[in-house]
Amino acid sequence: MTFEALLFYFFAAVMVAASLAVVTLRNPVHCALSLVLTFFTCACLWLLLRAEFLAIALVLVYVGAVMVLFLFVVMMLDIKTLPGREGFTSYLPAGLVVATVMLAELIGLMGARKLMQGGPVRDAATEQGLSNTEWLGRALFSDYILPFEIAAVILTVAIVAAVALTLRRRPNVRTQDPAQQAATRKQDRLRLVDLPHHDGSKQA
Amino acid sequence: MITLGHYLVLGAILFCVSVAGIFINRKNVIILLMALELMLLAVNMNFVAFSAFLGDAAGQIFVFFILTVAAAESAIGLAILVLLFRNRATINVEELDTMKG
Repeated sequence: MTFEALLFYFFAAVMVAASLAVVTLRNPVHCALSLVLTFFTCACLWLLLRAEFLAIALVLVYVGAVMVLFLFVVMMLDIKTLPGREGFTSYLPAGLVVATVMLAELIGLMGARKLMQGGPVRDAATEQGLSNTEWLGRALFSDYILPFEIAAVILTVAIVAAVALTLRRRPNVRTQDPAQQAATRKQDRLRLVDLPHHDGSKQA
Repeated sequence: MITLGHYLVLGAILFCVSVAGIFINRKNVIILLMALELMLLAVNMNFVAFSAFLGDAAGQIFVFFILTVAAAESAIGLAILVLLFRNRATINVEELDTMKG
């Protein structure tokens, strides 16, 4: 067994164990941390497949951003009010049956034995004398430029939607109205009055 | 030697684990969202494996877009979750039955 095969089996075992922990652990914080481990191990596997750019992107986007968001939400919601696991054992048999049958079907469909006789990883990027990132970038900014820009729009819509959903307007709280502030003229705020001198005569 | 089949089987195992997770954690919306993320990861695994073994960039480009959409989905999903918790003080799926669907 080569070193690469050894690494693959190690990472695969860690990944399956961590994903099982995600769906079976009791504490949601532990689930989120197991999900971090799953994503990180998946990034390692993608490195074995020479998909360096996506492996780093997975760590940055998921471990860095999405999982922090998950942990933030889990910790913001009171953990004692989170639903318990009543029904865990009653749903377990159905879940196991469905998952096992599905796994058997998927593996049978793929004809795993036939696929396992295939060749090794084809490093198409190195064949063309490019790095993986450059190879992906050339495809992304030529053939896939429209989907790329649509993805940017989707992210913007998601940001706006997330902010709009969680924005809360409390009544009876004094807030600034920037439009009103910017539209203010001198006449609205400043009033010139004539004050009499102390001897009673008008000011010049 | 590690071949395409190994990665596909790993993706299938991951997908089935997350399907089982959706079955056994049907009370807690947060863990349901986590199981969804696992499912998307399994699909991404297949895409990257095919892309690497066939030497085609399209698979990895597609994973890029799936990551984008998944990030948007989880951001909106968690925002809805926060809103739900603020209004109902619960995220138990069993109690969220106002529409009696």
